[in-house]
Amino acid sequence: MLELVIFSTLNGVLYGMLLFLLASGLTLIFSMMGVLNFAHASFYMLGAYFGFQLSQWLDFWVALFVAPVCVGLVGAAVERWGLRTVHKWGHVPELLFTFGLAFVVEELVQMVWGKLPVDYRVPALLDFHAFELFGTTYPAFRMFMLLISVAIFLVLLMILTRSRIGLIIQAALTHPNMVAMLGHNVPKVFMMVFGFGSGLAGLAGVIAGPALVTQPSMAHVLGPILFVVVVFGGLGSLPGAFIASLLIGLIQTFAIAINYSLGDALSAIGMARPMQGVLSDLWQVTVAQVGPVVPYLMLVLILIFRPTGLMGTREN
Amino acid sequence: MSDATMTAARGNPALDLLRRYGIWVIAAAVMIVLPKIFTSGAALTTMCLMGIMIVFSLAYNMLLGQTGMLSFGHAVYYGLGGFLAVHAMNTIAAGKLAIPLPVVPLAGGAMGLIFGFIFGAVSTRRAGTVFAMISLGLGELIASLSLILRGFFGGEEGITANRTKMLTLWGVRFGPQIEVYYLIAAWCFACMIAMYAFTCTPLGRMCNAVRDNPERAEFVGYSTQMVRFITFCISGFFAGVAGGLAAINFELMNAVNISGAQSGVVLLMAYIGGIGHFVGPILGAVLVVLLQVFLSDLTGAWMLYFGLIFITMVMFAPGGMAGLIMLHLPLWRRGTLLQIVPSYAVMLVPVLMGLAGLVTLIETSHHQLVKAATDGPAMKLFGIAYNSNSLLPWIVALALMGGGLYLGKLWGPRMADAYSDAAHGQDSNKREAGK
Repeated sequence: MLELVIFSTLNGVLYGMLLFLLASGLTLIFSMMGVLNFAHASFYMLGAYFGFQLSQWLDFWVALFVAPVCVGLVGAAVERWGLRTVHKWGHVPELLFTFGLAFVVEELVQMVWGKLPVDYRVPALLDFHAFELFGTTYPAFRMFMLLISVAIFLVLLMILTRSRIGLIIQAALTHPNMVAMLGHNVPKVFMMVFGFGSGLAGLAGVIAGPALVTQPSMAHVLGPILFVVVVFGGLGSLPGAFIASLLIGLIQTFAIAINYSLGDALSAIGMARPMQGVLSDLWQVTVAQVGPVVPYLMLVLILIFRPTGLMGTREN
Repeated sequence: MSDATMTAARGNPALDLLRRYGIWVIAAAVMIVLPKIFTSGAALTTMCLMGIMIVFSLAYNMLLGQTGMLSFGHAVYYGLGGFLAVHAMNTIAAGKLAIPLPVVPLAGGAMGLIFGFIFGAVSTRRAGTVFAMISLGLGELIASLSLILRGFFGGEEGITANRTKMLTLWGVRFGPQIEVYYLIAAWCFACMIAMYAFTCTPLGRMCNAVRDNPERAEFVGYSTQMVRFITFCISGFFAGVAGGLAAINFELMNAVNISGAQSGVVLLMAYIGGIGHFVGPILGAVLVVLLQVFLSDLTGAWMLYFGLIFITMVMFAPGGMAGLIMLHLPLWRRGTLLQIVPSYAVMLVPVLMGLAGLVTLIETSHHQLVKAATDGPAMKLFGIAYNSNSLLPWIVALALMGGGLYLGKLWGPRMADAYSDAAHGQDSNKREAGK
């Protein structure tokens, strides 16, 4: 049991930190530009594929630095020539634009790299067991992922709270119009933030690719979860996104490890399992099977009872 | 309608009737005649799908276009309606329920209405982003549940039914597709009328008010939440009817029908068609089904084209196809429609150039990346045979695209001038220039 708790906590925190790498960019973009970026997970997927391609051609360590930059440039280009054109039509077309973009990116990735998962391997340097506990080993690459995401989190925190550009971004989170009034080139700041956010997502992709599966559906699977994180934490709130990322990471990881169903709980307290009816499945389903549903349940519940999210202040 | 035509119409009751109902008579006639013209089996199934999707996308547009609620989970009501209809058909076939098949979509509608009521109560309390996110959450929730609750949703393979084993009404067994077509067409027509009628009711008008200015709507004394809620329920009902029709047509419902992808497709349909006009989603449904059926035969990269069309629409024509058509209504009224045909014809050159370049680029890369490994580099496009690994087609494609883009930038403003001349007249243009 202790073994399960330790490993699930490690994996949960790791997954949560990865989610935060993505969610931080998404929430920054949303707060500044008001765009809920449906294509954000696509940038994460692009990062994984670029990382794969570059580590095939050159080396994983080169890919680690170059791929996020490439993804960031793609993101900036999308903002410059795509979103900026749509901006004049309002927020719904902007959202729909990113929706269509996610669609196109998935198709392009399928065309270039095929529909099957690609063989994106852990680099040889990190292909060993970090430690062994209760007879179970933990791969070093996962520790590396954890280190990178914590490091990025700290750098992000420093940039946002200590640098001038961070101050401008923070100001734009709460008073976007005032920032523009003060003479900052808001479109340029938008483009930078969009590019930077996409780059972060790309980095998450590069380091997550070898550990998880690199396949064309990875964006599609992660996208909605990302929205859950951002909305649950409160739109535009970085601390909220951080808490929500960890929470969802832990919940999802722990749920997978628990193999009990409601029916088991009922028989444990001495009641008979209901076996008939259309909903009889409800009693047979284990917590592990329900795991993927939990984030959406959390999303719906928090939006009903606290529409601003955990730490958000704005509703729209 | 201008005052002059209004008085003219009022003066002549026959003309008034024709004006008001003529379009519906034409629509009904088209629906009746279509299967006589396109008699092949493929055409018939395509038209059945169109009918279903028209109902679904019109129901969707009740939310997006009419009330301004962006939903990412409307397939929930379509899918639930469909699943209930399949179960109803199986119950009827088992002899436990005595309803004829043509009424089964109503069961789907009832299911959509009930779940619209339940989910609407929690999700329509807010508009805007919060509503969109709740709909996304609910959509994903039900889609995930559909794979867990195997009893009702049948797991991955879904639930099948047999529509011929129903009660027969006037000897119609709905075995052949043509009979199903007329059933779908009848339901589609009835739903179209009902949904159009809804836009004309005071509630339908209030929906527009809630969309455009919720604050004022509240001040006038309406509860915006109630308006959104009622519309949501009605929209859920029609989505359920569409699901019921789909169940009858395919005799199968599975998890795909209730998934986020289906919600995405209906959004694409409504938006490509144009959410600002009643006719928009109809056009969108017809076009998207046509694309799905024919483009997928023509090319393996059809989903890519589909996405690109959507992005182009969002970027350059947010009014959709209906919006583009309506742009030309003032020209039609002024009688200057023919005047802009030459400038459009000129513009056709760069557009076709760019399109040809893009298609060459996509098709060649698709061939080189996907098919060349098994079929070899030889391919054929626009009747020209070439090798996808030679450099020439790529150069030609890029040159065509570049040329099209350059000429388009060069001639675009001229076309815009020609349009405003035709729409507002030469003098107003000159007046503006003189300022």
